[in-house]
Amino acid sequence: MAVSTRTVALIAITAAAVGAGTWAAVRYLNRPQDRSAARGPAAVPAGAPAEGARRIKATLYYVSADGLRLASSERDVLFAESASAQARRIIEALLEPAPEGLSSAIPPGTALRGLFLGEHGDAYVDFSGGLRTNHPGGSASELLTVYAIVSALTVNLPAITSVQILIDGHEVDTLAGHVDLRRPLPNAPQWTEKGTT
Amino acid sequence: MLTMGFAAAVPVRVDAQTPRAAAPYTVLSAEGRRTVAAATVGDQEMLRLDELAALLQVTVREDRAAKALTVSRGTSVVVLSLDQGLASMGGKIVSLSAPPTRDGSRWLVPPDAVSRALAPIAGVRADVRKASRLIVLGDLRVPRITVQQEPGGPPTRIAIEIIPRAAYTIVQEPRRLLVKFDADGLDIGPISVGGGLVEAVTAADPLTLAIALDKDFGTFRASTVPVDAASSRLVIDLTAAGAPLPVPTGLARAQVPPPAAAPVARTEAPVALPAAQPPPGVRTIVIDPGHGGDEQGTKGSTGVLEKDLVLDVARRLRTVLDSRLGVRVILTRDDDRLVPQDERASIANNNKADLFISLHVNSSPSRNASGAEVFYLSLDGLSNEARKMAENPETKPVPVLGGGSRDIDLILWDMAQARHLGESAAFAVLVEEELRRRVEMSPNPIQQAPFRVLVAANMPAVLVEMAFLSNPQQESALTSDEFKNRVVQALVDAIVRYRGRVEGQASGRLP
Repeated sequence: MAVSTRTVALIAITAAAVGAGTWAAVRYLNRPQDRSAARGPAAVPAGAPAEGARRIKATLYYVSADGLRLASSERDVLFAESASAQARRIIEALLEPAPEGLSSAIPPGTALRGLFLGEHGDAYVDFSGGLRTNHPGGSASELLTVYAIVSALTVNLPAITSVQILIDGHEVDTLAGHVDLRRPLPNAPQWTEKGTT
Repeated sequence: MLTMGFAAAVPVRVDAQTPRAAAPYTVLSAEGRRTVAAATVGDQEMLRLDELAALLQVTVREDRAAKALTVSRGTSVVVLSLDQGLASMGGKIVSLSAPPTRDGSRWLVPPDAVSRALAPIAGVRADVRKASRLIVLGDLRVPRITVQQEPGGPPTRIAIEIIPRAAYTIVQEPRRLLVKFDADGLDIGPISVGGGLVEAVTAADPLTLAIALDKDFGTFRASTVPVDAASSRLVIDLTAAGAPLPVPTGLARAQVPPPAAAPVARTEAPVALPAAQPPPGVRTIVIDPGHGGDEQGTKGSTGVLEKDLVLDVARRLRTVLDSRLGVRVILTRDDDRLVPQDERASIANNNKADLFISLHVNSSPSRNASGAEVFYLSLDGLSNEARKMAENPETKPVPVLGGGSRDIDLILWDMAQARHLGESAAFAVLVEEELRRRVEMSPNPIQQAPFRVLVAANMPAVLVEMAFLSNPQQESALTSDEFKNRVVQALVDAIVRYRGRVEGQASGRLP
């Protein structure tokens, strides 16, 4: 179900920290953009009129070969002006098929319903029920799914320090019976393979 | 080599979203006792917003274009999204368990909207106790009371849990005992009695429990056990006429030799741990077979289910512990049913278990993953308050009873495991060492994770992943008696070593 953009706007306007977060995020995300300017088609001059074509480099996380940790991979992600829109683009990129040689930690049939930023660096990411109903279970799989999402946002957007996963607009206990999702989770680097970033 | 990702998508079942009437919630406030109509939408319970608005004196306005409800009182405003379980208030976003739903011309909101969104703008505290269908507004003292008859006897033993602690008076009348609490109301939970010298326990009035007695009843002895800083347990032993007065064992005693037919005034003293408290040891162990019922856990390629494997191992472990160690062993489930996460910890807490062991079988998107892993709770799994306590063991737990706008259970339960992380880690090391002697271990044999089932356990607690069901060789091993018995033996030996450590500490020896 589509999320009302006016609701998003209404809630976003009342969240006082979003403005500062946006500024920090855009500054941060412009760095790789500038760095990659000489490298090729992903580079678009700053101020280019077609925003949709402008991209940033984001570090996304996939299941490592041993199936026990997350491996990182740099992906081009569409640039967005606000932190919440950029966060949404990053999660949308995470939901796309994994790069060759890696597999996704997110079950197929998962869609992003909405994403909101709270005032203390919390992000609330609302997924469709597929994230839970299509999940194969097992604590390793569940930890990889949860931290692929948490890492994607906290590593790429310094304004976001913790992430709460919602399902169909509801707060949930767990995805598959293990990881406590009742409050925003900070990133936990131990789930990421060392040396892959 | 990476062999597989997630399996193909399966269709998502959509629940009927038509509201169905449910039993109302009771609201207790300084103005008295009222009710609010409730309904069930899918599996979510919802409350009538117009009735809540009247109680809290707030105004509700629908903004159709924005797909939101605006609730206000004076200059305080909260905006409830109609799409998401989210509310925005003074620049802060809080999550709710569901968005508002329309029932004809009326709006329904989830119960947590009262404590997280509506009460804060009305400027009152709210405790929402879903299990009791109760909402407490303001600073009222409304302890949760549960009554259980302990098996065995004579004497017939009734245990009354009181959370938070409240003073009480016991009055003996013909054929009944009246327990009157010093409180503003009672939140009466499950009452499980019958047999022996007790016929029934009922609420005699809003502040009094009546224990109806069998005609053979002779006398009673009551004692109070402070459970923790917030709760206490009243134990009443009943004996038949002519039988010797029971001597309670292992319990604190604030003795009351009750003269018949005379009121016995007893006020609970501030917590002073009794001299008669038993020395530290490992007497009761709760084993938690993960998942169950509709929640199957993970599944092997041949159809083997996690929920069945872990129940089998839990029963084997109970048999060995029972016969060899002489400890009391309780399973959180002994059949194929789903036990809610909080209930698993509550079984351990209510039985004052000394160890909690949750049994699971693992799964990874890669078939290569293999080996056992032992987990204890990470700080990420704790609330901020509990994390501070875990990081600074000198800090005493400060339960926020009825404080702020959070549900009363949430804070207390979130605190529970924080005090035991050090011992949980020590036990995890012993379990890992004993497992390593018998089964393959993962490259990450001991880990910390924010696991839901461990958060509320008020004792050292670990979660054991025995092997990976997603690995075909391990799936085959998991179905063998030999593998299960190796895991059981490893756990038994780890428990024996842990018991030695605890008793060694108690007697001043090094662990």
